[in-house]
Amino acid sequence: MSELTLTVMRLGFLAVLWLFVIVAVQVIRSDLFGTRVTQRGSARRGAPDRPQAQQQQQQRQQSAPPPQRQQSGGRGRRGAPTKLVVSEGTLTGTTVALQGQTITLGRAHDSTIVLDDDYASSRHARIYPDRDGQWIVEDLGSTNGTYLDRTRLTTPTPIPLGAPIRIGKTVIELRK
Amino acid sequence: MSSSTTNTTTISTAGPPSRRNTELAMLVFAVIIPVFAYANAGLALSDEMPSGMLSYGLGLGLLAAVGHLVVRKFAPYADPLLLPIATLLNGLGLVLIWRLDQSRRLAQRAKDAGMAFAPSAPNQLIYSALGVALFVGVLILLKDHRILQRYTYISMVVALILLILPMFFPARFGARIWITLGSFSIQPGEFAKIIIAVFFSGYLMVKRDALALASRRFMGLYLPRGRDLGPILVVWGMSILILVFETDLGTSLLFFGLFVVMLYVATERTSWIVFGLLMSAAGAVGVATFEPHVQSRVDAWLQPFEVAKNGGSDQIAQALMAFGSGGVFGTGLGQGNSDLIGFAANSDFILATVGEELGLAGTMGLLLLYGLIVERGVRTALAARDPFGKLLAIGLSAAFAIQVFVVAGGVMGLIPLTGMTMPFIAQGGSSVIANWALVAILIKVSDTARRPAPAPAPTTDAEMTQVVRP
Repeated sequence: MSELTLTVMRLGFLAVLWLFVIVAVQVIRSDLFGTRVTQRGSARRGAPDRPQAQQQQQQRQQSAPPPQRQQSGGRGRRGAPTKLVVSEGTLTGTTVALQGQTITLGRAHDSTIVLDDDYASSRHARIYPDRDGQWIVEDLGSTNGTYLDRTRLTTPTPIPLGAPIRIGKTVIELRK
Repeated sequence: MSSSTTNTTTISTAGPPSRRNTELAMLVFAVIIPVFAYANAGLALSDEMPSGMLSYGLGLGLLAAVGHLVVRKFAPYADPLLLPIATLLNGLGLVLIWRLDQSRRLAQRAKDAGMAFAPSAPNQLIYSALGVALFVGVLILLKDHRILQRYTYISMVVALILLILPMFFPARFGARIWITLGSFSIQPGEFAKIIIAVFFSGYLMVKRDALALASRRFMGLYLPRGRDLGPILVVWGMSILILVFETDLGTSLLFFGLFVVMLYVATERTSWIVFGLLMSAAGAVGVATFEPHVQSRVDAWLQPFEVAKNGGSDQIAQALMAFGSGGVFGTGLGQGNSDLIGFAANSDFILATVGEELGLAGTMGLLLLYGLIVERGVRTALAARDPFGKLLAIGLSAAFAIQVFVVAGGVMGLIPLTGMTMPFIAQGGSSVIANWALVAILIKVSDTARRPAPAPAPTTDAEMTQVVRP
């Protein structure tokens, strides 16, 4: 066997061996570099199906309730809220991007925001955009009621920007 | 982004939970590399493709396929790298052993000693098959690694018996580490390391709080109470006894090192490491001063070339020369002279063949593969949800790491040679079989650790909502 062939095979073998090592490291890259850290509420707009940072139940961005209607022009409007922020209660700091989906609130595990609150009902309230892209809050027959500012809701009500919605000990509001 | 929300972050692991297809791809790769190495060695040795190449490749591929299918069925969430790396190492070992079988020098040496020269590679392939069989057996029979926790003290007794038994059998090659039954001999120390890891994890899981918390602080170190020192003294005494009566430095180092590592992991006390190092240093120096066998090993380590010149064993000197002549890229498979090592060239000293024929680059690659197995073991321990699984995974990977360090260090002249085998690569049935079992347990623990947690029971729905009474 010629010297050249053997040299090529020798170096080739080393290359393949190292390739294996490198591929192996690539396989476990996600483990080596740990976990992915996502800023809450940093979900990109315009990509509604992108699975958002979802690990804890309270921040589940479910695609189960399909987008009600494609809001025409409502989204790009100036002054339209872009996210829902929990400002009081155990989930303080949680945000959910508003992307035209219905957001359910309650203690039930399949709620978008799972409330850990003794005074909340399983299916307490929902927040959804109407035809014009205006966000509406509706009480779902809860035991203790849903309050917008200081008034208890009886009918679906449009939510002004920054108005506190109180559910048990939790307060949420819409922000730009 | 508004400022109130920027400090809250969400942490999630990336990637799908089951990585079986990745494992399959890596396995295919891991079978191709040894076949390539086999062709390379054959071409270099005899100018033609080796005749057994097809059957060898098929044999290794079959073992890998069986292992993969069983993992797919019985440990679907297991770590994707452990099986491919073990297969690759085993395959490379087979090639290296086959390559040394072809050596005329070794055949001549056997003839001079009046023995028939028997090639070791076919036997090794059989042992590998037995190892994979045990691997399969462990995966199927061990439903949950926590079952092992029930056998904490039984495994202590079994491990002690395995460690003590070789004392009653005649010494072979200067060390009593074999149990000989007729023509058949096994090295119980290889199996004892797994069983002892089970015992240590079970024991430390129960005792770790007492060991970690009941201590006094002195000069920045936590001094354990006298009664807590008991177990470490017992283990230390055991390893010294093994060293004295079986003249087996390797097992004794492995045994004691494993205990110190697990003690450290269980208690998070640096003082245990300090104590462990001091005690093992004291023990080793003490024994080395009066035990002639250990003394000769130390001499051969300190002055390998002097010993060889004076008619002693030239193994270490030859191994060092082999590493040196390999250079960075090696001489190429089948083109080195590492068979000059003679005795144990294909078992304890097989790393010298890697060093000569694959060079620094190949040796580093090989050590990285070992490192990856250990890393996967430690990662499994991090991910494991139960303390017993954590300690077991740490213990098994530490045993593996210590063994690699002890052998590689011995062959390279970093520490005195100890007579252990390079896991998976070196010729030797007990070693291959035991290490396959070790990998099987690691895979089982990692399967449990990576399995997605079951969804919490929907309890809150059942609870009543409290009513606000104004």
